[in-house]
Amino acid sequence: MNITPEVIAKHGITPDEYERIKQILGREPNITELGIFSVMWSEHCSYKNSKPELKKFPREADFILVKAGEENAGIVDVGDGWAIAFKIESHNHPSAVEPFQGAATGMGGIIRDIFTMGSRPLMGFDSLRFGPIEGDSAQAATNRRLFAGVVAGIAHYGNCIGIPTVGGEVYFDESYNGNPLVNALCLGIIRHDQIKRGCAKGVGNPVIYVGSATGKDGLAGAAFASRELTEESHEDRPAVQVGDPFMEKLLLEACLEVMRKNGLVVGIQDMGAAGLTCSTCETASRGGSGNEIDLNLVPKRETGMTPYEIMLSESQERMLLIANKGREKEVEEIFRKWDLHGVTIGKVTNDGMMRIKVGKEIAAEIPAAKLADDAPVYHRSVEQPEWEIRNSKFETRSVREPRNCQTILPKLLASPTIASKNWVYRQYDHMVQDGTAVVPGSDAAVIRINLKRPDFGYTPKKGEPTEKYIAFTTDCNGAYCYLDPYEGGKTAVAEAARNLVCSGARPLAVTDCLNFGNPMDPHIFWQFRRCVDGLSEGCRAFGTPVTGGNVSFYNESPVAAIDPTPTVGMLGLIDDPKHITTQWFKESGHVILLLGDIGDELGGSEYLKRIHGLKTGKPPRMDLAVAKRTHDFVLEIIKKRWVASAHDCSEGGLAVALAESCVSNGDCMVGARVNVSQFKQRVDATLFGESQNRIVISATKTNADKIMKAAAKTGLPVTKLGATGGRTLKINTAKGELSYEVAKLRDLWWNAITRIMER
Amino acid sequence: MKFAIIQFPGSNCDQDCYHALANVFGQPTHYVWHKETSLGDVDCVVVPGGFSYGDYLRTGAIARFSPAMKAVADHAKAGGLVIGICNGFQILCEAHLLPGALIRNRSLKFICEHVELRVETTDSPFTNACKKGQVLRIPIAHGEGCYFAEPEVIEQLKREDRVLVRYVNNPNGSVDNIAGICNEGRNVFGMMPHPERASEKILGSEDGKCIFKSILRSAVTV
Repeated sequence: MNITPEVIAKHGITPDEYERIKQILGREPNITELGIFSVMWSEHCSYKNSKPELKKFPREADFILVKAGEENAGIVDVGDGWAIAFKIESHNHPSAVEPFQGAATGMGGIIRDIFTMGSRPLMGFDSLRFGPIEGDSAQAATNRRLFAGVVAGIAHYGNCIGIPTVGGEVYFDESYNGNPLVNALCLGIIRHDQIKRGCAKGVGNPVIYVGSATGKDGLAGAAFASRELTEESHEDRPAVQVGDPFMEKLLLEACLEVMRKNGLVVGIQDMGAAGLTCSTCETASRGGSGNEIDLNLVPKRETGMTPYEIMLSESQERMLLIANKGREKEVEEIFRKWDLHGVTIGKVTNDGMMRIKVGKEIAAEIPAAKLADDAPVYHRSVEQPEWEIRNSKFETRSVREPRNCQTILPKLLASPTIASKNWVYRQYDHMVQDGTAVVPGSDAAVIRINLKRPDFGYTPKKGEPTEKYIAFTTDCNGAYCYLDPYEGGKTAVAEAARNLVCSGARPLAVTDCLNFGNPMDPHIFWQFRRCVDGLSEGCRAFGTPVTGGNVSFYNESPVAAIDPTPTVGMLGLIDDPKHITTQWFKESGHVILLLGDIGDELGGSEYLKRIHGLKTGKPPRMDLAVAKRTHDFVLEIIKKRWVASAHDCSEGGLAVALAESCVSNGDCMVGARVNVSQFKQRVDATLFGESQNRIVISATKTNADKIMKAAAKTGLPVTKLGATGGRTLKINTAKGELSYEVAKLRDLWWNAITRIMER
Repeated sequence: MKFAIIQFPGSNCDQDCYHALANVFGQPTHYVWHKETSLGDVDCVVVPGGFSYGDYLRTGAIARFSPAMKAVADHAKAGGLVIGICNGFQILCEAHLLPGALIRNRSLKFICEHVELRVETTDSPFTNACKKGQVLRIPIAHGEGCYFAEPEVIEQLKREDRVLVRYVNNPNGSVDNIAGICNEGRNVFGMMPHPERASEKILGSEDGKCIFKSILRSAVTV
């Protein structure tokens, strides 16, 4: 095939980039090489547009064992020789075109990233965004189809492979019409000395291919993910991979067994984005070596595949492993036990080249390090969008205060963004592996890690702990980020940290998935930069460095870009299982406290959106110093065992937080009587404003007194709101009393999404 | 009491069962790989949950042909105890060690949640430590948990007191709310809910212990 300017453009390579390629090779590339460069230099693999911004993230801490960008996933120390590997990744574009397989393989890909490090996956998470699902419009029907397909895909993969999907979030907003977000996360446990690297070392060491055969599915998926979705995107369906969770389960068990046996494995890398291309050149680049593989030896699903197709295929469930020479037999034996075939397809060399052969013929020959690390880096121009300025001028008084707020709370509780997500998580096996201590539906998921499990490959010695407890959450309010990306970025981190402390955990580290529109658009890049600034500041404030993640640009439907959505996944440690705290009221007669200032911010709220049809205003301000003090305080009083329940105020404000505290545990619903008439401000702002740094706490009378005193000492505002008890939620406001049967609120909140989806 | 847990490719509750038996109950427990033809020295065999062989074709349909399952059948024939949980129940049905079949949930969706089970009889090695009518809170996690059998089979199960546990609120459309049954010899038991996931306080319920306690108690009386 001739390399014409059209062919180059079709590969998403700019004329400047083409010149750079020629310089690296010292000649014109052939079509296979051009394809290889195009995937490796796509945003998905090279971060060429985002790199300068990502450098702003705090990435260092003494507890970080594997840093952001070093390997497939970051790893943090959790004490006693144990560590946690975790990472989030997007699969937005494939899911838009083929929701079931797109989401399933998103899960499969991120799971591979975790066990590639030598870590045993413990749990999955998913952070999802869709267009609105209510109503009879064709768009709503499409959104329901995408939502149902994505959830089924994640369930299919996670359930079969036996990794519990223990939490996540789902938001619905017009900006995600046609471009849903599917961010999948996996977290695993590992001993410090079990960590493996994606690194090819030792001249002559065999390069072994394991797992599914290579087919034409997922051709150049990384490049596909690095451009905008259009009307014609359905034609890209061959770029969506097909997942086989059973194969991945075998691969997972076999690879861990091989890695745990001393001295067999030099390096290992999964074939994810850019498949064989990425794994060969990155392992060589990291190892400061080269490698040579023969495509004739690569297991293939069909005949007649060209080198170009083999190198760019993103067939799932494949791993590349560099073994120690002479130990191949042992490696093969383990794979045979699992009915897998490990095939030696090449060897490590010392000339720094990634050499792709077909028999004796050379199909491609590229300096590996240059291909992997010398992608161009762009500094995109930025411009603040005028809509941010326009929206920031919004004033609450332009919205008429409702005479009667009684009907608003039920509407908000039934809003799909706020309503219970049980329709989703009941489809996920969220209990397999015997570790789920707090099931989905509270502020954060809590996992008991049973260190005695034989499959962790280590038996705790006498005196060493046999259990560890972690909490995990993902958070991001895209509307806040749309209205003010900087505040929105800070808030995403702060909300994650708040959810963790409400569960009794100490925030430790972050992984992020940055979902944005087209970075060539200065408005979009402004959003990106400001969000990263906000996230960075948030991470610094809480001492939670970023350990890795993923950037997803070009999230645009034919109409417009999505709301900027920098999803934050945060890991927290729980020192003692007695500290585990949940959001629901536990019994009658407890005092209800509001920690934090009441605030009156309505900008960007779910209330404005659902009740008044407005997505405008300044989103709530985030004072990180106050946040940090609040979190430290909450953790302190939880550790003193003074707290019966803790729930953060987020979407829907105080009224929704109170209602959720009443209804979120179906086995123990408790009513409440609260008084907010002392707040002399608009009642709707009191009830539904989304001011940050607020936590609803319940405690016995004695403990509530202690909490009030301790708060006064630290100077944190705390208000006694009322008491738990009864079968109703009664809220006394300056404009009269609101009263609801708890059972009715529960039904609205619990069944809202089921009613929409199963109609 | 000596336990063996069968490991098929795709089993994913094997480790959980091991944890419950070895760590929570302190019983000698070992794994049996699906390619093995002998179970070793064992009193009770556990066929665990998961997606054996990917559950391709039909749940449990391939697993029943594995060498280890032949050994399980022999063990059952000799009167040894066998408990199949979730996928294990499906496999025991496919292997004809238990009657009937498990088909797609009526909702056509996978369901994972805590459910209430009523113990219908204590006349079995798997429920003898429970009380008749006792309600157990134990999680389910399955896409194909709807128990089905011909009316005459259901009649026979009822007549012979072989329905050991029923759902209080049927989550999946199972005929006659059946959640678990035993064979004629009462030594082979299959249930869809996961007692191993309800054997520790930290997991939200300890009701599943009742099932394992029964098995241990039966060892004493045998």
